[in-house]
Amino acid sequence: MTQVSDARARPDESEELAKRRYLESTGRRRFVRFWGDFVRRRPLGTAGAVLILIMLLAAAFADVVAPYDPTAINFVDLLKPPAPDHLLGTDNFGRDVFSRVIFGSRTALLVGFTASSVGCTLGLVLGVLGAYLGGRADQVIQRLMDVLLSFPLIVIAIAVVAALGTGEDKIANVIAAITVPIIPRVARVVRSSALSVVQMPYIEAARSVGTDAVRIMLWHVAPNVFAPYLIMLTAFLGQAILLEASLSFLGLGVFEPTPSWGLMLRGAGMQFLERAPWLAIAPGVAISMAVFGFNLFGDSLRDALDPRLRTA
Amino acid sequence: MRRYIVGRLLLMIPTLIGVAILTFVIMRAVPGDIVELRYAGSNVPQNVIDQERHLLGLDKPLWAQFTDWMTSISRLDLGQSLWTGHSVIEEVQGRMPLSIELALLATLFAVVLAIPLGVVAAVKQDTWIDYAIRVFSIGGLAMPSFWIGIMMVLITLTFWGWAPPVVFTPLFDDPVANLAGLILPAIAVGYRYSAVSMRMTRSTVLEVLREDYVRTARAKGLRETLVVVRHALRNALLPVVTVVSLEFAFLIGGLVVTEQVFNLNGIGKLLVDAVAHRDYTLVQALVLLLASVFVLVNFVVDMVYVVLDPRIRYS
Amino acid sequence: MAVGERPVAGGTLTFIVNAEPPSYDGHRETTFALLHPIAPHYSLLYKFDPNELTKVIPDVAAEMPQASADKMTITVKLRQDVKFHDGTPMTSEDVKATYDKIIFPDAAKGVTSPRAGAYAVVSAVNAPDKYTIEFKLKYPSASFQTNLASPWNFIYSAAKLKTDPRWYEKNIMGTGPFTFDGNTKGQDWKGKKNPDYFGKDKDGNKLPYLDAYKALIITDANAGVTAIRSKQAMIEFRGFTPSQRDDLSRALPNDLAIQEAPWICVNYVVPNSQKKPFDDPRVRRALSLAVDRWAGGEALSRTTIVKDVGGLMRPKGPFAQSDTELVKIAGFGKDGKANKEAAKALLAAAGVPNLSFKFLNRNITTPYEPVAVFLINEWKQVGITATHDVKETSPYQADLRAGNFEVALDFNCDFLDEPDLQLAKFWSASKAGKGLNFAYYDDTKLDGMIDAQSRETDPAKRLQAVAAIEKYAMDEMAYQYPVLWWYRIIPYLSAVRGWKIGSNHYTNQDLATVWLAKK
Repeated sequence: MTQVSDARARPDESEELAKRRYLESTGRRRFVRFWGDFVRRRPLGTAGAVLILIMLLAAAFADVVAPYDPTAINFVDLLKPPAPDHLLGTDNFGRDVFSRVIFGSRTALLVGFTASSVGCTLGLVLGVLGAYLGGRADQVIQRLMDVLLSFPLIVIAIAVVAALGTGEDKIANVIAAITVPIIPRVARVVRSSALSVVQMPYIEAARSVGTDAVRIMLWHVAPNVFAPYLIMLTAFLGQAILLEASLSFLGLGVFEPTPSWGLMLRGAGMQFLERAPWLAIAPGVAISMAVFGFNLFGDSLRDALDPRLRTA
Repeated sequence: MRRYIVGRLLLMIPTLIGVAILTFVIMRAVPGDIVELRYAGSNVPQNVIDQERHLLGLDKPLWAQFTDWMTSISRLDLGQSLWTGHSVIEEVQGRMPLSIELALLATLFAVVLAIPLGVVAAVKQDTWIDYAIRVFSIGGLAMPSFWIGIMMVLITLTFWGWAPPVVFTPLFDDPVANLAGLILPAIAVGYRYSAVSMRMTRSTVLEVLREDYVRTARAKGLRETLVVVRHALRNALLPVVTVVSLEFAFLIGGLVVTEQVFNLNGIGKLLVDAVAHRDYTLVQALVLLLASVFVLVNFVVDMVYVVLDPRIRYS
Repeated sequence: MAVGERPVAGGTLTFIVNAEPPSYDGHRETTFALLHPIAPHYSLLYKFDPNELTKVIPDVAAEMPQASADKMTITVKLRQDVKFHDGTPMTSEDVKATYDKIIFPDAAKGVTSPRAGAYAVVSAVNAPDKYTIEFKLKYPSASFQTNLASPWNFIYSAAKLKTDPRWYEKNIMGTGPFTFDGNTKGQDWKGKKNPDYFGKDKDGNKLPYLDAYKALIITDANAGVTAIRSKQAMIEFRGFTPSQRDDLSRALPNDLAIQEAPWICVNYVVPNSQKKPFDDPRVRRALSLAVDRWAGGEALSRTTIVKDVGGLMRPKGPFAQSDTELVKIAGFGKDGKANKEAAKALLAAAGVPNLSFKFLNRNITTPYEPVAVFLINEWKQVGITATHDVKETSPYQADLRAGNFEVALDFNCDFLDEPDLQLAKFWSASKAGKGLNFAYYDDTKLDGMIDAQSRETDPAKRLQAVAAIEKYAMDEMAYQYPVLWWYRIIPYLSAVRGWKIGSNHYTNQDLATVWLAKK
């Protein structure tokens, strides 16, 4: 917040100076200090970060960590309970559940990261555009976002998935379905943050000297709404993973034989709930841990970056 | 003020028209139609399929279908479900009470859980109590609520041989049977939504606790609990009310998966079935209905804000 | 059911239906979700004997149909003691109006009849007197008389149809054992005993035994199991999976009965012969050869509702080939390894050793998903990469109909073991098989064979003719072929008596003879 009051104190300061100040304040030293503080002062956030790290490692080294091919069918060993050779048991095709959970982290991360980053970035662009352009353009964007917001989420998801199709090779469609509802939620928050920045004198100044609009938005407005953007990015990462699970549960998400946590819950997980509860418990715990990690981390990140910011 | 209210109400119209157009376009863009589904797996000749399409008006040009729909909407006629042939009103009527009651119960549970926890977490900020409460509450956000539901049914069934009634009983017919059916889903959903309200309560109470007038109250030597309850909590409630009401609007049509797991005959399930059936009229009517509820609740929340908080003035 | 047990009257049967019925008109719809809750309100002309499910017996008919000497006129005498639920007596006018609606639907008035084609042989339906009905045929037909027992052909009131030919889409008024007692949309359907029902059991007691029934609409399979387990429902008439059966019998060791039977439902692998390389019979045969059905049936029957290996007719049914004959057909042999080698050789010969394609399937778990996972894994072992392309039922069906796929998993269910029904998908795609044959081939030789078996009146010769069709269609040309036949498993509370499992989930649902044992 310091450069804001600076700018107010010296309204005639040039664009260059404002930019330099901004870059200084987010330099590498500050970065290191920030994370040092984060780990020391926010044990929950650190725990979240550790969970995320575990998940990233599992996904990256799935081939090494997983003892079996996650799609290898073995009809001899159907529905075996957890044992040393199958740590989390086997499913109704004799596939190793542990290996499927490990490989499932790839699906979850792929869906989570892509949906969340694309959704949040589009939201950022629309929010900043609206705030900067104002007037009729802003009105149009806002109404569009209102429409998307008041639209039942599940209809959007079902429609996107159904229109584009699902299946092993169609994971991009599931991601698209999850991305769409994220956009208006981010755009709304970003717009309100950006509005306060847009009215800053140094932006006015930049405009008056004829700086390119795209340049202003990119270099001045966007960095100032970066904190809410980052916070929402982590929050929606978890939500995207949950949404994938829900869609797969409804039969609209990822499909066999792709290892996916939501899918594991849907078919076999439900059908063999009593006979083989590990089929439902393992992916359920995996989903919960992943989302838990992202939420803990995101929560603490919010507190660290901007304690006054409220994003539900 | 009056101008603001009228303006806000007028702004709803383009939003709802947008929703209507979007629903129409989306549903027609989605491949497959109701006739394909109606006769899926049956050896039905093409001419019967064509006749059915004609009967349901699906062979009309798109613009004609759209103007037909818009005309009937303007006459406040939501039309008939293509699947059952019954009026949309009839389809919605029976399911609305369940959805509203479940949303109310879930919200109630969420608030009852969230506000005390949020206040305690704020007062004990950065102690292990705060951490424990936050972990508990984020846990609710992290677990898929349908998974919680399934686990709850599994547990009650395994240990007590009890399962929630599969048929919904209206509240006034038999309150006990009614609550027995809704209590587990309300907890499963409420736990999840308590997380957001808890977080909101905690951060607003934290903020309020730093305000001058609270410090003054403390300095005057008022008891801590009294300070929290009388000053901090009261002022913190406003944003919590916002979050809660917006969630409520969402809960009415949004509990698709939970309704599925508990076999609850609510609006969410109706909507999903309608989309799966490609029951265009029903989907269009439901989406419009849910969007209206959402927009209206939004509006009311803003109005409540104005009334409750004299600092806010809309221009 | 213990032999000689005396039925007791009274009680309410609660059962599960997995889907909500669309309109209430049985003549218009094709889903079992309509039959289960609604069939008890209606009578048919003939029905399947609840005690001997392959035998046709009169329902509102007084006796079995009489054929004229030239077999071109079928005469049916009607019972004279049948009354509609509103008290009006049922006469030949009602039966004529019913069959006219089914066979000659008035499209101008918005009446559709998906099964009209099954009665193409009929030229007119006459009512020569108050209790006689006459079907005039264009040519003699063997299957027509059985078709009069179609579970869909509810007898409607001529008076109601006259006021509005679509009256029955939203209203119920039949002559069946139960009258309509209200429903809650999306939740339940209730019927209560029709005191004026004409049916009597063999001891002369009035039917139905039950006071009432209540159908609960439960779409989620797990919720269905829970409902039976907590005794909120007694039975579900379509079927459960083996693991659901086991869960229930473990939870209710003393209260559960189980009936099982091979089902006239099957999944087909359908290669689209319009798409390369599936125009090559070698490739199609390789796809079938790669699948070890015997091992698959053994494994999958432990977890899902498929079990028996069979050709185009239901295994163990009246038209099924013996296993010794069946194993001679490509892909049905028991030496899985040799078959896979043969499949590889065929693929290599056809120039597609590393074949890959999209495999269209619908997004229903049981049994489509496990069957597809099994197939994909079998194909993988001969070097085929099949990508699972899963769609909702409606777009899946649209893709089938448009030929917009490479290989699909199709399915078929019928209410009767009858080659005419089970071979319907095998007619040439541009002729009689239009909209049914999704393999999209034209084959006049096969058309001739199907037609000939239909006209064959000697049962032994017909059996041979059907076997020849199986050999030709599944092996020589390998157009399309079954994976595994479904297996119907009904676990239910043992208090439910008087209901016998049949080969399908369409017939035997009027509940007239079902009763509840008292503890």
